[in-house]
Formats: sequence, structure tokens, C-alpha cells
Amino acid sequence: MNRDTLLSTDRLTKTFGALTACDGISIRLGEGEIVALLGENGAGKSTLVKMLFGALQPDSGGIAWKGENVALTEPRLARRLGIGMVHQHFSLFEAFTVAENIALVLGEEKMSGLAARARTLSEDYGLPLDPGALVADLSVGERQRIEIVRCLLQNPTLVIMDEPTSVLTPQEADRLFVTLRKLKAEGRTVLYISHKLEEVRALCDRAVVMRAGRVVAEVDPKAETAASLAAAMVGGEVPAVSQRAAPAADAPVALAINHLDHPSDRPFGVSLADVSLTVLAGEVVGIAGMAGNGQGELFECLSGEVALRGDAGEVSILGTVAAPLGVDARRRLGAAFVPEERLGHATAPSLDLTDNIILARHQRRDRTVGPLGLLHKGAARRAMRRIVEAMDVRGAADDPPARALSGGNLQKYVVGRELDWSPRLLVINQPTWGVDAGAAANIRQAILDLAASGAGVLVISQDLDELFLLADRIAVISEGRLSTPAPVASLTREAVGLLMGGAEGHHHAA
Amino acid sequence: MRLELTRRPRVSPLGEALAPVVALLVTLVIGAILFAVLGQPPRRALHAYFVEPLSEIWSLHELAIKAAPLIIIAVGLSVCFRASVWNIGAEGQFIAGAIAASAIPVFAPDASGPWVLPAMIVLGMAGGAAWAAIPAVLKTRFGANEILVSLMLVYVAQLLLDYLVRGPWRNPEGYNFPETRSFSAAATLPEVIATGDFGGRANWGIVIALVVAVATFVLVLRTLKGFEISLTGLSPRAARFAGFDARATTVFVFLFSGALAGLAGMVEVSGAIGQLRPSISPGYGFTAIIVAFLARLNPLAVIVAGAILALTYLGGEGAQITLGMSDRFTRVFQGVLLFSVLASDTLVRYRVRVVHGSAGKAAA
Repeated sequence: MNRDTLLSTDRLTKTFGALTACDGISIRLGEGEIVALLGENGAGKSTLVKMLFGALQPDSGGIAWKGENVALTEPRLARRLGIGMVHQHFSLFEAFTVAENIALVLGEEKMSGLAARARTLSEDYGLPLDPGALVADLSVGERQRIEIVRCLLQNPTLVIMDEPTSVLTPQEADRLFVTLRKLKAEGRTVLYISHKLEEVRALCDRAVVMRAGRVVAEVDPKAETAASLAAAMVGGEVPAVSQRAAPAADAPVALAINHLDHPSDRPFGVSLADVSLTVLAGEVVGIAGMAGNGQGELFECLSGEVALRGDAGEVSILGTVAAPLGVDARRRLGAAFVPEERLGHATAPSLDLTDNIILARHQRRDRTVGPLGLLHKGAARRAMRRIVEAMDVRGAADDPPARALSGGNLQKYVVGRELDWSPRLLVINQPTWGVDAGAAANIRQAILDLAASGAGVLVISQDLDELFLLADRIAVISEGRLSTPAPVASLTREAVGLLMGGAEGHHHAA
Repeated sequence: MRLELTRRPRVSPLGEALAPVVALLVTLVIGAILFAVLGQPPRRALHAYFVEPLSEIWSLHELAIKAAPLIIIAVGLSVCFRASVWNIGAEGQFIAGAIAASAIPVFAPDASGPWVLPAMIVLGMAGGAAWAAIPAVLKTRFGANEILVSLMLVYVAQLLLDYLVRGPWRNPEGYNFPETRSFSAAATLPEVIATGDFGGRANWGIVIALVVAVATFVLVLRTLKGFEISLTGLSPRAARFAGFDARATTVFVFLFSGALAGLAGMVEVSGAIGQLRPSISPGYGFTAIIVAFLARLNPLAVIVAGAILALTYLGGEGAQITLGMSDRFTRVFQGVLLFSVLASDTLVRYRVRVVHGSAGKAAA
């Protein structure tokens, strides 16, 4: 804590309408330290960081850089001071090369010199990149390297990283940590935003914990446990997820996929090749994989949203051949589906919660639709209230449009909508993506309870911790191919991570 | 400096309700300014346009005659637009319906009996739906742009009508005038109130329009089919997840709006005109687009919006007579009104922000 102060904030406050996103935030970043910024979704981390990067202006309070007050009215000024940022969502053009994408941000510099500089710098930091490669051909981890290299080329003294490992395999994350420690050794400061607590404990010197727009704690993460950090984040103990007995080996099959082939009909889509899997009643099977390896395509094949070709292989749901059936018919068999996108796929953003019940329930003739197709909003509203109650959905009192709910609450609602009718098979894609710790615990518990009641569950997730917590068996999807599922007890995170990175070894030359 | 539109976190229900009213007021103000520029006293001109047509029984009947086709077409379009399917060719479907319905009085001028009018209604709706089926199939089969195709088919329908009344369907006893036989009484929609203090020319078309509006309101807001249509328009991916087939919905709303436009065509030729002529519509099919948006795609509100737009037609005719103004002014009014409606709807949902200088891109 005796390091020279690089950046400090004095009672930074930012409000959006009635919401105070940041309420009197005073923090201090010293030179050459890695500081974690911890907090649930909506705690105000992003707002704070945007103010530090000049993308948002504070309503009151000030920012001091090396002891002098500065007004960061736009990102350009922050960059000029030496503040660099690696965003969670990449801003890259897929049709351009790595060097072209870098040049777009750096501006005046000549392309040839830039490419050479990018190559040297990326190798120095252990982030090898081919400047001539097309972004479209690169993996997510490699794309993130472009963002990092692009940031480092500007020689920043403060590097802000927004949830960098949420898209990385464990191996890629380890490589990133080496880079970050090297930055620290050079005297640079890193502000590291994450909600992966083990990572923060391993990497960071200090952790600033935010909750509901305020700084609630500043701790030494190495002296804390993951559980104590989580408790500080949510302001109370996170309920532990209770375990359940493994299903009997002779349980009936809930979902069977045999040699499913499905060519992608979209540009940059992933084709599924020879996917086989069974999910027993009462069993949770997990599919791990980095984003964009065919999870979305597999989900749509299982939900029936896309039609399968005649020779595509076999999908059977609860003992019925499902290939020719659409999503309605599959729901009537007893299958429930929760897609990755909450808004615009699982729900219509502008419809209220009651109407969003009808969206996924009308097929089942469960009294939300009467004779002549007349809607019974009363029945839908009762279901809505039941789900809000059962899943502890906040902010749903006056039946708002789906887009008005926070991500975590909407996800609880979407999951609850399916659990409410006790399906016998649940296929769920990224169940807790972008969801805060409390809501994630609720959702995971609900999934386990459903399996305990005898339903088969297929969980597709990028979050290995989640899969190891929930699943009886785990398979890995990589470039549209699925590995043979193995019992969790026989797996390590590292083994799964290797498969996620593409065990066949293409793409990842490094 | 540039302007940015940002979505308001919560749309005020009051603002939402008042937006069409504000749009009407803005239209009147712009109209008054235009009158002044043209050298007409604005108060007198506005009075002639919007008050005089409402002051007498006979002109109220005329209003009903003009409003009926507008309402019937706009009800269909409101359903179509809810699905984000842009049928701009209602004018052509109107003409196709009128032609199909006229087949009975043209080929069987002596037909009589209570079956004639219902048969003409069925034929009119079938004709409009068939004309609308062309862009529907081209869109769902080949991905053709429905705006372009439906619009171009308007001109095809107009030329087909022109050909028929000058050629094969021309009245053999009509001294070579380009028109069909006058329809017999059995093929003519009767007046609602023919005689008495409130009697006048208005025919059963206005009653048909009201029934259609109420029935469609129930369809759109109270049934699964209406839910399917709205959901397809609001969020196509969620609609697919709900098990709805976007192609089937597209075809349905095209056939539905086409059938109603065809019904309006039948009402117009059977009720108001009594024969086919080279021109049977002062642009009802296009004006109905404004009606549908002024009513915010709500079939019940279409009744009010249809009456307002019908008033601009009547006012235009009145102003031509009393003030000697060009009837083109009606079109100007309608255009300004559509613009104001769309602008006020946008401003209710979005906030306009003036951004000075070259602000950097927002962080993710």
C-alpha cells in the first residue's frame, strides 16, 4: 500500500434517472499493482470504469492522475494520459486482418511498421499473434489477444480489463495471468474486473468490493476465502447448492442423440458433425465448450426451431422420434427449452411478463388459451405470479415488459417459466450467463431439484465451475464435434480445458 | 454537432396516448401556416376544411361514405403492419376486389335475389386476397421485397381495370363511354337511413366497416392468432421459439389485409359508385396507411382515424368550392399528418440529445 498513487477518485457519483449507479466512490490505484474490482452485475463496476476511461462523465466528484485533477471528457484523453482498456465485448471487424484492426484504432501509423511492432510486442508478452490473419478465422482467445495487444501498443501505465477470462479456457487464462504479472513487473498498474473469485485470489494484490453503487470493502484477497469474498459481494452468505444422488443406471432415456449431422446455413456458423449423446431421466449432463463452437446450433436442433434434414441422424425425446417435430410438438412431449439469449429469443423484450408466459406455454393447452384461440390472460397472470414467487424474481410487481428486468431476474423468470410445468426433459443453454451470484445459485439449485424429481437435464455452459457443480457427466463441444461424455469424478478442469481448446490441435498453434 | 436518439427507459402512458393528438395539432398548425403563405385567412380556411363538412346531415353521410373504405382497408393494414409485414399495395387489392365483385353485375346484369350482395362480398374479398397473395408468395418463396412488389402491383391493377372498362367489360349500351353497366338494385348496397330527417346517401358500407373493426380488434388483442401476429412483428426469433411459423404468418396477414382491401373495393363500387370506371379510388389504399398509423395499429382506433382522414377528403372538396383552392391540398394535409404521427411516436419512445464535438465511442 506504500506505492506511489497513480490514480485516485474522490467521491465519484453517477446517477441514471432514479438509479444511483455509483455513489461517492473513492478508490486509489498504486503504481505497479494488480487491483481487483469485484461486484455482482449491477453493482456499478462498469459505470465506474467507464468514467475512468472517459466514456461517461461523473455527476460529481473528481479523478486525479498522478496527483493532478483531470477531466476525462472522452476516451481519447484517457488514452493520451496512459489509460488503456480491454473491453469484455470485442470491437473487431471479422473481415479485416489483425493488423488492419489494430491500425483502425491507432490511427496515423504506417501499416507495415505497425504489423512488425505488433508481432514483436505480442511475442514479448507471450501472446503470439499473426498480424496477417483474418479475424474471422481466429478463436475467441486469439481475438482477445488482439484487443490486449492493441491496448499495449499504446504503452499504457494503467490497463483496465473487463472480465477478460470469461471467454478463455483455463489454459488460455493461465497464459493471460503470466502476461498480467509481466505488466506488473514493468511497473504498470492493472485494474482487473472479475467475478471469478479464485482467479482474483491467485492474481490480485488488493480487491475493491462494490455493492449497489458503493465501495463496501477493500481487502487483501489472499487473506480471504472465495466464500468470504462472495459474501462481501452479495452482502450475505451465498446459499450453497445442495447435492443429490446420482441417477440409477437403468433409468429411462430422456434424450437420445444418435450421429446428428447438421450443416450450418449461416455465415460464420458452425456445422454439427456426428454428435451422439444420451441423457437419462434424473441425470444432469453438461456440455462444456468455448462460445461459438456449435452450442447454439445444437440447442436449436434439440428445440426443433430448425428443421433437420432427413438423413441428419436421430433425435429422440422421452422415447419419441423427434426429428420431424417442431418446437410445439416437442414441448407437448414434455421437453422444456431455455435458450442462451434471454431477450429476443426466450422472451420478446417489449411484451409484459404475462404475455411472455403465453409465448412458451400456449402449445401445451394449459388453460392460457381457450376455445377458438381466445387468450386467458388471467391464467397466464396467475402463472406469472407463481413463477415470480417461486424464483424470487425482483422488480416484477406491476408486470413490466421483459426488457425492464435486470439480466439475473429475467433469467430466473425464464428458467422458472419452464420449471413451473414440471417438464421431464430440460435443455438449457448458458443457464447463468451474465447473472449475479445470488441469482445463479437460485437457478442452479432449481436445475438440481428438477433432476432430483426425475427429469433429464442437458446443461450447455461455458462455465466449468458450474458444470462440475451440476453435472453427473460432462462432454465437450469443439467446432461442432462432441467428445464422449465422461463421469465428473473422472475429470479434471485441465483435461476439460484441453478438449475445449480443440484437442485435435488446430487453430491453437501457440 | 449531431443528434442522437436514445430509448427512454420507460415510455409514459400519457405521452403514448397523447402522441396522435399532438400530431393532429401540429398538422393543423402547419396547415394554418401554409394557408397564410397561400394568401388565405387561416381561420376561415381551417373552418372550411374541418368544420363545415361536419355541420350538415348530408355531409355527414358523405363522411360515412368516404370513411367506410378507409376504415375497412386500414383495419386490414393494421394487422399486417403489426407483423412487420409492409403491404403498401392495398390500393391494388382494393381495385382487384372491386373488379372481382363486379363480375356478377357485369356478366349477369339481371341477377336478382338476396344472394347477389353476399356473393359479391365473397368475390371482392377473394379478389383482394388473390392480388395480395402474389407479393406474399414472392416474399416467402423467393425473399422478394414485399414493399416493392405490392406497390408495383397497384399499377398493374389500375391498368387491368382501365383495360376492362374500355374493352371487354364496357357497357354495350353506353355510347362508348369507358364504364360498365350500372349495377342493378340487387347488386347495390342499400342506404342505411334512406329517408327522414337523418336520411341520406350513406350505405351499409359504414356498418360493415364498424363490424370489421370490432371483430378484428377481438382477433388481434384477444386471440392466440393475434398474439402470433404481434409477436412475429416484435421479435421474430422469440416467435420462432414460441413455435410460430413466420412464413405462414406473413401469408396470413397479406391475405387478411388483401381480403379487407378487396371488401372495401366491393363496398365502394357497389355502394358509392354503382359501376366500374377507369378510376374508382382517390387513393384510399394509400391514405389507409396513414389511418393505420394514426390509430397506432389498433383496429378500434382505426374507426376514429378513418373518420379524420375522410374529413380531409371532404374538406378538400369543400375548400375547392368555397375558397377555390387546389384539391392537391388534401394530399399535402395527409402527408404532413403521416409525418407528424411518425415523428410524435418516435419522440414519445426516444429522447433526442444534441451531441457537441466528436464524442468518442461508448465503452462496452
